Amino acid sequence: MISIETEQDLLCYHCGLACEKETQWLEEKPFCCSGCKTVFEILSANHLCEYYALDKTPGIFIDEESEQSFSYLDENAIRKKILSFDSSEFAKIIFYVPAIHCVSCIWLLENLNRLDAGILRSEVNFARKKVTLDFHPQKVKLSRVAALLTSVGYVPQIDLGENPSNENLVDKSLVSKLAIAGFCFGNIMLFSFPEYLGLDQTDQRLSHFFSWLNLILSWPVFFYSGFGYLQSAFKCFKHRQINIDVPIAAGLIALFLRSHYDIISATGPGYLDSFTGLVFFLLIGRWFQGKTYESLSFERDFKSYFPLAVNKFQDGDWKPVVIYELQRGDIIRIRNREIVPADSILKSDKGLIDYSFVTGESKPMKANLGDLIYAGGRVIGTPVTLVVDTKTSQSNLTSLWNSTAFRKREESHHQKIIDSVARKFTWVVMGIAMVTLMYWYWVSPTEMWLVFTSVLMVACPCALALAAPFTYGSMLRVFGRHQLYLKNADVIERMANIDAIVFDKTGTVTHNQQPDAQFTSDLDKQEIAWVKSLAICSTHPLSNLIAKSISGKIVDVDQYNELPGKGIMCVVDDHLIKIGSSNFVGAKPKSSPSHSFVFVSIDNEPRGFFSIALTVRENLKPMLDRLGSRCEAVLSGDNEKDLNKMKVLFGCHIRMLFNQSPLDKLEYIRNIQLNGKKVLMVGDGLNDAGALKQADVGIAVTDDTGVFTPACDGILQGSQLQLLDKLLSLAKSSSTILKASFALSFFYNAIALSFAVSGHLSPLVAAILMPISSISVVGFSSLAVRFVASRKLTVS
Amino acid sequence: MTIIILLILVSLTIAIVFLVIFLWAVRSGQYDDTYTPSVRILFEDKGKDGKDSKDSKDGKVNASINP
Repeated sequence: MISIETEQDLLCYHCGLACEKETQWLEEKPFCCSGCKTVFEILSANHLCEYYALDKTPGIFIDEESEQSFSYLDENAIRKKILSFDSSEFAKIIFYVPAIHCVSCIWLLENLNRLDAGILRSEVNFARKKVTLDFHPQKVKLSRVAALLTSVGYVPQIDLGENPSNENLVDKSLVSKLAIAGFCFGNIMLFSFPEYLGLDQTDQRLSHFFSWLNLILSWPVFFYSGFGYLQSAFKCFKHRQINIDVPIAAGLIALFLRSHYDIISATGPGYLDSFTGLVFFLLIGRWFQGKTYESLSFERDFKSYFPLAVNKFQDGDWKPVVIYELQRGDIIRIRNREIVPADSILKSDKGLIDYSFVTGESKPMKANLGDLIYAGGRVIGTPVTLVVDTKTSQSNLTSLWNSTAFRKREESHHQKIIDSVARKFTWVVMGIAMVTLMYWYWVSPTEMWLVFTSVLMVACPCALALAAPFTYGSMLRVFGRHQLYLKNADVIERMANIDAIVFDKTGTVTHNQQPDAQFTSDLDKQEIAWVKSLAICSTHPLSNLIAKSISGKIVDVDQYNELPGKGIMCVVDDHLIKIGSSNFVGAKPKSSPSHSFVFVSIDNEPRGFFSIALTVRENLKPMLDRLGSRCEAVLSGDNEKDLNKMKVLFGCHIRMLFNQSPLDKLEYIRNIQLNGKKVLMVGDGLNDAGALKQADVGIAVTDDTGVFTPACDGILQGSQLQLLDKLLSLAKSSSTILKASFALSFFYNAIALSFAVSGHLSPLVAAILMPISSISVVGFSSLAVRFVASRKLTVS
Repeated sequence: MTIIILLILVSLTIAIVFLVIFLWAVRSGQYDDTYTPSVRILFEDKGKDGKDSKDSKDGKVNASINP
């Protein structure tokens, strides 16, 4: 009986998962893997076994593979960014640790000082899953602190983008404002009771007393709780502008002053209950909105990260692997103009690294054997071999991608439109409110101020400002799911306006999935190996193909040089080897309708050529037909041999330009832009990086070995190129959805306004309606994107 | 009837005191995390050596394997 039970329910002492394959035993306790066992060993060595007493199997399953190092945290720039306090003897950091889940977690994390004396104090915030750590920077490095957390299973999630301390402060002051507004609102209602029940006739003195109490209670509401609205409106006035807070502020001021006049002149009780209630509900609305958006937040999750690959040495060969599968100790090879994806140690004798993406310094740095190369550096010239030191993090690369160096000059367009619409709209609302005010002045002066305020409240166009970020945010996710990874939401807007599409040929329209390179030459085995060694250095699709098609032992090359659009050259064992176009190599040009030719020379003597049949990507024709006249041109760095093939594919109306250098491509794009066209450039991101940057939208198409080109706006998986037209139309429909959201919010405003103008809406109800309308607009835009995407993309 | 004025003033003062206490609690971060302190108070020791209560822990560990 007992034995059956143990067989069935052998649960890991640490993480509680069923022990399956490699059960390990230590001190008669079962562990599902050596990772869990290691944590137990660490804890028991430090007398921290109480961890296991507080909760059953509290541990986090340790995936040994996921080991990462945090050495980048010791960089001064990064330290500054994430530490909340730093001095020579005391530093404070708040880590977000998603793995926190039980009492034992709290206990262990708050006893971290027993694991390392450098940690002075640690405090867990369970609700936010955060750990605040005070440590002595002289005794323990920040990277060591992070590694310590990781070693016991609590991997900190480090986000260099946001500044966490800020949001908290805002939240707190909102709660205080809310509390004071609520307090005053409640008390004012209480003191208005005699008023409500019509008791004021009996004792004038008492009712005056209540009125004055109300007056005093309304001050903190006006000067503290509602001050944000006044301030924002005032700021706008100063800049001679008008924003959505202006009508709110106007309404508040109207009610407040009118009530003061009534009470001080003893002509009436005022509207202070409405006034305070209004502020209270406005603040509740704001708080509730904040909560809703938090849960809808479209923070880029891992799905929308772009896949990139590098060549990793595996089983005696170079194989492409996705960068986030890179482990510490992996040997990778980075070629000319490729970006180092992870902090690594140089294994080649020397290398030239361009850190301009990271530091802005454009002069390449020399690195020697054993030097640490930071992620984001770009290899120039001779390819280098590296040993990965730190697991890479996608967020690092994403932030690199969004760095200012690659930002397009054009600013976000929709923001301008929204601002101008909101401004006009506010004027209109103010106008309507004034007319209403005058009308009610004639009809019934007692209601005048309430109606005026209701009109101002209910017409607030704040939904306008919310619709755009939510529409584009969900769109970004949809694109990510279909393997188009966009840099940011502005790209979608630019994509919607595209009316000219320019394709690069090699690597984009054609690809090399089925390698088919015929080598005709008189080279011996040694020389073939040299050619392979050279070809492997380049990221050009043809070089990749050549490298795959021939075999030989790879040797190190010297003085590697790549001339875009021409070819590559290097020196091996004192022989100059060139691979490239006939011109470059000095060979007799050849031409064939179906093949590309790449020539090889050794010591400037033509020795042979590769003939490569490049296959056109599947299913491109229907996509190009659907795009129709929007296809503008095909640019190619090669010669005209593919002209006929391309004509069949693209039709005759399209311009075909061959023998284009990267600069020619850029110029061509600039020219059609001067003709007033919005250009989408689809390229491989290698010899057309300039064109990708120049184009309104530049999309790099990648296959298995993606090259990270920060100049582009989006990265598209090669197999998804056939969806290009659909993705474009999806981008277009996102602006339709945006317009529909605007229409919806106008519709709301129109209906509510008509009620308010006719005096059927009290300011209180208006204040409640306002956030509800905003939330429904946001909900509409998110759902509409999902709906449109599923209709447009799954039918195919 | 004048006594009601005094009563109202007193009640309002008390209410304001409570409001101030609430604001202080919010400001000092007492509402940031409503769960962890309730657990923390039950931990046996927060000393740095951690050896003194080791014996009792072993007993607990055994108990928790076969609950």
